[in-house]
Amino acid sequence: MATAASRYDWDRLGVIPRASPRQSDLMIVAGTVNAKMALVVKKLYEQMPDPKYVIAMGVCVVGGGPYYKWGYSVVKGVDKVVPVDVYVPGCPPRPEALLDGIIKLQKKIQEQTLAKDPVVDRDAYTVTPALPDRKGAYAQVKPLN
Amino acid sequence: MPHSGKALETQDMLLNMGPQHPSTHGVLRLMIRTDGELVSECTPVVGYLHRCAEKIGENLRYEQFVPYTDRMDYLSSMSDNLGFCLAVEKLMTIEIPPRAQVIRVIMAELNRIASHLLAFGTYGLDIGAFTPFLYAFREREIILNMFEYVCGARLTYNYVKVGGVTRDVDKKFAEMVFNFLNIFDARLKDYNELLTENSIFITRTKGLGVISARTAVDYGLTGPNLRASGVHYDIRKAMPYSGYDKFNFDVILGSDDPRRCVLGDCWNRYWVRILEMIESCKIVRQAMEGLPAGKFAVDLRKIKPAVGEAYTVIENPRGELGFYIVSDGSETPTRVKVRAPSFVNLAIMPEVGKGVLIADLIAILGSIDIVLGEIDR
Repeated sequence: MATAASRYDWDRLGVIPRASPRQSDLMIVAGTVNAKMALVVKKLYEQMPDPKYVIAMGVCVVGGGPYYKWGYSVVKGVDKVVPVDVYVPGCPPRPEALLDGIIKLQKKIQEQTLAKDPVVDRDAYTVTPALPDRKGAYAQVKPLN
Repeated sequence: MPHSGKALETQDMLLNMGPQHPSTHGVLRLMIRTDGELVSECTPVVGYLHRCAEKIGENLRYEQFVPYTDRMDYLSSMSDNLGFCLAVEKLMTIEIPPRAQVIRVIMAELNRIASHLLAFGTYGLDIGAFTPFLYAFREREIILNMFEYVCGARLTYNYVKVGGVTRDVDKKFAEMVFNFLNIFDARLKDYNELLTENSIFITRTKGLGVISARTAVDYGLTGPNLRASGVHYDIRKAMPYSGYDKFNFDVILGSDDPRRCVLGDCWNRYWVRILEMIESCKIVRQAMEGLPAGKFAVDLRKIKPAVGEAYTVIENPRGELGFYIVSDGSETPTRVKVRAPSFVNLAIMPEVGKGVLIADLIAILGSIDIVLGEIDR
């Protein structure tokens, strides 16, 4: 929340909170996800239109966090539920860390290609997933003369 | 429009204000039965943030459990730490040095101010006013700077430990505190102009969600919610802990002012929080000026309380926070049960959410000031 306020202000990076997943490009999963909430997170992710990105904020959603050993209801890492683009560690992450995550995501989007091979971004240690194979659909498009 | 002479047939709608919603404070789900926009029934569904804190308590040592108490009510971590440590110290029957007690009071009260600021800011956001949020966070950043100076973290401090506090406070901290106290009183004028005297805010919150004193006590409401209904009950006065009986402060009660409020309504709950921030400033000033010298913690080799059980309550910014610890003489507790104030306060939603519009429901929910980490533990 502090990232939205004046001192750290994510609006200067172009981030505006929207009320509905149908109008958003980015989902920041902040806070622990447990089994009851995982269904909701998946549903929200499916409601977002393409292209969509996910930032996992906090160690609980990155890999279980402090609830890794004894948390029976905690999903150990939200990437078991939705594909994650940027992981921001911290418990809780500092607002600067979240801003850094958003900047890394912007860099990743900048360098995204439509090529089919996955690109390993050595800066961010993430893998850009390949876009779905549309060869069937394009094969039917006839070139204009 | 009537159809062939018959009256318009309406049907109740079951609406799900799901766990993801910009106005529910955390992952709270409200199942609402509405007739158009008029709510006839409102049931909260919780459990979306259950993180097995009490079960984890049975597997870890006492000092290892303190960070987990931080994350329960993450907006008032100092109070959570304090409650747990007081319960363990009660079982161990050790004396806390006076300097540690006063430092704990300072931290708890600064945390109360920070928490009430956030409650005030997000309440404005729920009602539709964006500016109070920014003003509240401006002050909150000053307090979080102080906390970061003293223990390294902005939100989950792990600062109060069994036996005292983890680090001492020094002159620079005292300077920061006095600077903050000197500017804070004037900021209240800003908040009054933004929200308190704002006619839109008064129209939205006056007479809304009135909880009578009888109902409040029946439902087990505590904290500012209870005091806004006129019940004089503050644990810092009724059952003082950690040296609170040495400080001069008033208990803020709700009032009945025909211009702006009705006893027990949302406006009162908001106003009690604003005035409590001023009282907390008073306490912090008295505490900083009279900070005794000495040790800041008891040097404990092992935390192995006696066999038995202990229950301590403290005044969280949200109400009465209780820790019930059962010990079997070993280094790990047998049972840690947390009486979370927000969990009990939320129980009043079905009662008070009848016969209001959906937007009013959000206003009532915001005025009760819940934190889901505490509700679900």
